[in-house]
Amino acid sequence: MGGETRKPRREAILLTAAIGLVLSAVGILIGLWIDWFPAQGSTQADDIDTLWDVLVICSVPIFVGVTAVVLFCAREFRQKPGEEHLDGPPIHGNTKLEVVWTAIPALMLVTLCGYAAVVLSNIEEAPASGQENRVAVTGEQFTWTFEYTGADGTKFSTNQLYVEQGKSVRFDVRSKDVIHDFWVPEWRMKIDAVPGITTNYRVTPTKTGIYPVVCAELCGLGHAFMRQSAHVLPPEKYAAWMQRMTERQTAGAAPAADGAGGQTASADGKAVFTQGVGATGATACGACHALADAGTSGATGPNLDEALAGQDAAAIKASIVDPNAKITDGFGEGIMPANYAETLTPAELDALVRYIADATKK
Amino acid sequence: MLPDSLRHAGWTRATFFTGLGIAFAYALSLGARAGLGYDPVLDGEAVLQVALIAAPLFFLVGLGCFDYWFYWASGRPARPEDHSGHGATSWKSYFYPNTDHKVIGIQYVVTSFFFLLVGGLMAMLMRAELAQPGRQFVDPGTFNGLFSVHASILIFLFIIPVFAGLANYVLPLMIGAPDMAFPRLNALSFWLLPVAGVLMMASFFAPGGSFASGWTAYAPLSNSAPIGQVFFTIGVQFAGASSIATALNFLVTIITMRAPGMSFFRMPLLVWANFSTSLLVVIATPFIAASQFFVLLDRALGFNFFNAAGGGDVLMYQHVFWFYSHPAVYIMMLPGFGIISEILAVKSRKPIFGYRMMAFSLLAIVVLGFTVWAHHMFVSGMQSWIRVPMMITTAIIAVPTGIKIFSWLATMWRGVLKLDTPMLFALGFLTMFTLGGISGVMLAMIPLTIHVSDTYFIVAHIHYVLFGGSLFTIYAGVYYWFPKMTGRMFDERLGKLHFWSTFVFFNATFAPMHLIGVDGMPRRVADYAEKYAGWNLAISLASFALGLSTLIFVYNMVVSWRGGPRAVSNPWRALTLEWQVTSPPPVFNFDRIPTVVGGPYEYGIPGAVHGILHDGAEVAPTPAGTAAQPSKE
Repeated sequence: MGGETRKPRREAILLTAAIGLVLSAVGILIGLWIDWFPAQGSTQADDIDTLWDVLVICSVPIFVGVTAVVLFCAREFRQKPGEEHLDGPPIHGNTKLEVVWTAIPALMLVTLCGYAAVVLSNIEEAPASGQENRVAVTGEQFTWTFEYTGADGTKFSTNQLYVEQGKSVRFDVRSKDVIHDFWVPEWRMKIDAVPGITTNYRVTPTKTGIYPVVCAELCGLGHAFMRQSAHVLPPEKYAAWMQRMTERQTAGAAPAADGAGGQTASADGKAVFTQGVGATGATACGACHALADAGTSGATGPNLDEALAGQDAAAIKASIVDPNAKITDGFGEGIMPANYAETLTPAELDALVRYIADATKK
Repeated sequence: MLPDSLRHAGWTRATFFTGLGIAFAYALSLGARAGLGYDPVLDGEAVLQVALIAAPLFFLVGLGCFDYWFYWASGRPARPEDHSGHGATSWKSYFYPNTDHKVIGIQYVVTSFFFLLVGGLMAMLMRAELAQPGRQFVDPGTFNGLFSVHASILIFLFIIPVFAGLANYVLPLMIGAPDMAFPRLNALSFWLLPVAGVLMMASFFAPGGSFASGWTAYAPLSNSAPIGQVFFTIGVQFAGASSIATALNFLVTIITMRAPGMSFFRMPLLVWANFSTSLLVVIATPFIAASQFFVLLDRALGFNFFNAAGGGDVLMYQHVFWFYSHPAVYIMMLPGFGIISEILAVKSRKPIFGYRMMAFSLLAIVVLGFTVWAHHMFVSGMQSWIRVPMMITTAIIAVPTGIKIFSWLATMWRGVLKLDTPMLFALGFLTMFTLGGISGVMLAMIPLTIHVSDTYFIVAHIHYVLFGGSLFTIYAGVYYWFPKMTGRMFDERLGKLHFWSTFVFFNATFAPMHLIGVDGMPRRVADYAEKYAGWNLAISLASFALGLSTLIFVYNMVVSWRGGPRAVSNPWRALTLEWQVTSPPPVFNFDRIPTVVGGPYEYGIPGAVHGILHDGAEVAPTPAGTAAQPSKE
């Protein structure tokens, strides 16, 4: 029945195939032209971005092909007036065709997997020569802490990440409470911080600058705000920073200093409140707390104008150093970072306490 | 003596029993704590956890879901031919346990679409918050609750049950059976669902907020979350029990109740699809039940399954969870594959190309579905050697899926395509699901997953698969069987409008998510960096339009059901058996069981016969020029 009228026109097939080829080419070009990724910040990024390009080149023709056939059928074989009771030809199958469209995709996929496996081993490979930097990363609700070991074995920690350009760095990642995920999009690599085990990955940062450190695994109330920065320094600046941080540690409460050289000994409490401290990464109080005087309106933590009204400096200091000792009604434990005593110098801490005490007295 | 309303099953007794369940929880908690010497004697959380299990069960007993079994268990004479509570007599019948698979099918479909609207509304709230960076409408805790409940409701109370509902309605008809194998179990399966749904939605009223750990509920976050988490932990048990019971019912029905002559290779592909799905459900669902029971034991009784400090294994949660939840993706796809096969064959007037390959590919997906769970864990810190084998199996599962896509395309080739609403949704599914499948293959590639896992790329992928995939097949199926279920025709023009608005705004909503995902926007965040602001605003606006397009569907369904033109028994001139009885079908489907003598898709074959009805009428492709068309009233 109706077999004759249902033969697709030869020129229509050719035309569709031609359009399909052109659209595939255009699609591939668009796919390659779009600037998908954030800046390439590590040697790993290069490999991964190339893999993406290969995947785009393989994928576009498949999507265009399926869509072209669907549209072709919809146009060419559409039921026309007077064809209400026509049936198509009773084609049940075609073994040759079925074998072909099983075998070809299977081969393609296995090839892609082989290529991806090579990329995987490349991006995870340890540097062939030279020493590797190591940073111990600890995630907790809702902050990252980075621990370094100086040349003389001194350990110190920060909340902003500092790494050296051009040198492989291995992160050993731990978690204090729930699962977090340590990710710098510009470096392309990420790994979960899992309670009870230490995970790791390595990258070789290639570009200096400041990049976001993102928590990618849902970790609770403050998940969206668990963002810090990764500073990539050229080797000489990194060495100098290392030196200063080691001294700061050994000298106990030496003047604050950071990679960009901003902070001074006579710390500005209001600046600490609104901006935090760059070198160690003490996060700004104002990111989470509202305080009228500072003009901040964060609501992740209590409104300080209310919560601290009438409290003296000692009580305020206690609340900063050990935030879990006293919790304002309606807020959970373990949300505020408990490491300000480490990431602020005594001078910064005192300035901050003085500022908050003044501001909440008004 | 108890008043009559409390002695007979019904809503009054159900309400009373629910109260009884809560009282039971109080008593049990008080007794146990007193007995063990705890002080204070009353603990709100303990009572709540017991009540969340007890009250729903008491409710179901009160509603009468267990009446027949209690009757039988008490040793009274069995009533094998008892058909009281079978078939609907008025709209009120739909609010009571009913043993008619058609009533249950409609109960399922309507209930799950209610949950679709609820889940969609939550998505709108989220998109409103995400329209701009910073905080506008909801606080981070509520936001986390919204996306968690959104996903849980749409997965456990919409996609999985709506497929079960559609199949419940048409599958027994398709295989020529008078009902499902276990009608009373079928009724119970349905009533477990509203219970699960109410639990999940009620979590918003829990002290400390709703469960907010995502639908994946990863431990140890779920171990330490406020009590709202338990609403999910227990709600999933009810949804899972429902799903397992239905799957068993389908398996037994398909294996034992096919009409004479209906061999496995004469079954319509929808039956094959539900057979495969049921195998998956029966094998996989106990794993999510286990994972949530472990969390419950950790929380309620201080076990240390997932508490690293106490020697527990955090990654074990993910292994057990994904051992269900990856196959669950296919539980949410395979029934849709069945629906598409039915529609494409009928609307193209051609036999399904490569029928046997289509059936085998379903089984291949079932088997492979269990070998790919760890691709969700490429960055979880699990042992690294398993990643490459999992990458290969994950990529290879695209082969049977590809076979299906190519077979559907070949089915349309040289057909006579009727581009009405069900067909448009089927074609929309073909293209959108292909896109979701392609990004799935990309995600199999470990180095890429390392970068894009837990980003909006994943959000885009999952919505292309579950919205562009599952939901499009659900719409296609609902339109396709609407005349059979309601006896009315839907408004074709509104149907087309619904398709085009859904198709356009679906793409406008989810396609840009690929971009911002690869660019580094993490998922499940209430706030994001400035640089994603433009795309997020565009996505939010498109998503509101997508939400509105659903209203066209709801309007069309409600109005057409009430006053659409009457449907004839076989408006699509289909061959399968469900179209050979009146619309809607008689209470026991067939006056006498038909005999099947041929395949289900023999369009265009002169002299082909699918089945012979009791009155000797042959079920054959309608010859040219004599087809019945839908009548207009």
